[in-house]
Amino acid sequence: MRIVIAKPGLDGHDRGAKVVARALRDAGHEVIYTGLRRTPEQIVRTVLDEDAHMLGISSLSGAHAFLFPRICQLLIEAGCNDVTVFGGGIIPLAEREILFESGMRAIFGPGTKMHEMSDFVDAVVDRVSTNQPVGVGEGGDWVWSSGA
Amino acid sequence: MSSTLFEQAISGNRRSLAKLLTAVENGEVSHESLGLSPREVDGSVIGVTGAPGVGKSCLIDRLLTTWTSNGLKIAVIAVDPSSPLTGGALLGDRVRMESADNNPNVFVRSFATRNQPGGMPNAVVLAADVMRHCDYDIVLIETVGAGQSEIRVVSVADRIVLVEAPLRGDEVQAEKAGVIELADLIVVNKSDLEGSDRTAANIISALDVTSNPPPVLLASAKTAEGIEDLADQLRTLPAKPGAELARARERLLTAWDSALLSREDINEVLDSLASSDNSAQEWVEKNLRW
Repeated sequence: MRIVIAKPGLDGHDRGAKVVARALRDAGHEVIYTGLRRTPEQIVRTVLDEDAHMLGISSLSGAHAFLFPRICQLLIEAGCNDVTVFGGGIIPLAEREILFESGMRAIFGPGTKMHEMSDFVDAVVDRVSTNQPVGVGEGGDWVWSSGA
Repeated sequence: MSSTLFEQAISGNRRSLAKLLTAVENGEVSHESLGLSPREVDGSVIGVTGAPGVGKSCLIDRLLTTWTSNGLKIAVIAVDPSSPLTGGALLGDRVRMESADNNPNVFVRSFATRNQPGGMPNAVVLAADVMRHCDYDIVLIETVGAGQSEIRVVSVADRIVLVEAPLRGDEVQAEKAGVIELADLIVVNKSDLEGSDRTAANIISALDVTSNPPPVLLASAKTAEGIEDLADQLRTLPAKPGAELARARERLLTAWDSALLSREDINEVLDSLASSDNSAQEWVEKNLRW
């Protein structure tokens, strides 16, 4: 899978994103890392140009409730309905539902095991190959129940 | 399917170009299937190589800004290695290319080598040709110059630029031996740092004994010093005379690697070499005589 890992907004905490990028690389995926402080528009452009299957977005600054749905909306507007979006960082359980409603398929909190990330990617691959909805604009109510 | 994508890409649809490049990378399309004849070498496809950390990506970012402000459209193919163990790759060259994410006249695409050092250049050649057909005036191919296979990737370019940096020590001279024969231009980046003049002087004097030495420029991706000159020279850079043999050699090795690695029994061959006492040398002598 080609996976973009992105850091939207004014947030300098990239340890988590880099660890995830490494873990997914070690699971055999091609990971494109965007670097810090990207706008939603820049992130969508990267997903488009790199023809990525999945986008992972990380936020530890508290702006996820604005940035994540905005990215999902721009992806859908750009015709990337089939891109699977997942997120991670400091995201309270109570706020995850609105992120899922915007089209995200998984939210990983602190303490997530590395293998869970690649299990999630495998589950996405499985759903794509069996034509079950898993993209940001494909509807359906499937979300990953994360361990943290 | 792919010819429709190609038409859409030619008319300026980025998503179609991105999808087509995926097909190119996966080996699903060819020059023939796209109705493309091999491109004439005209200096518009430029390979940029050099050791990790010399500043290739930052220098490219400066070139992108300079060229696009002159009305040019530029595409970049950023090649990074795949892990030989897992097949995974971390593609991070975009991080340093600010215009990659917001300049409409720039298209940056990351390529992983996918453990096909020989097969890879074929995809890069086709990708560069496709990009040229989609109105990108210049295609830059960026790669790590750490290994022979990566040098081969740039050997498919029309021109080769070697990026150097000061304070890298004497031992680099030996390491450079392969690429330096192929380079059409050498740029010493980080000219804002002390010692860059001496690095450039060392390179010039090392090349002095060869005939037709390539131009050696000083530039700084940090301060933009020397970037205009570099951008201008790259537009009209002649091919270095006498490098034809060395580059033909790289292309031959590329084709050879590709043929070897696409053998149907390659996995069995590798398994038998890994699990027995047979040496690779013996296998080659037994199986690849002609």
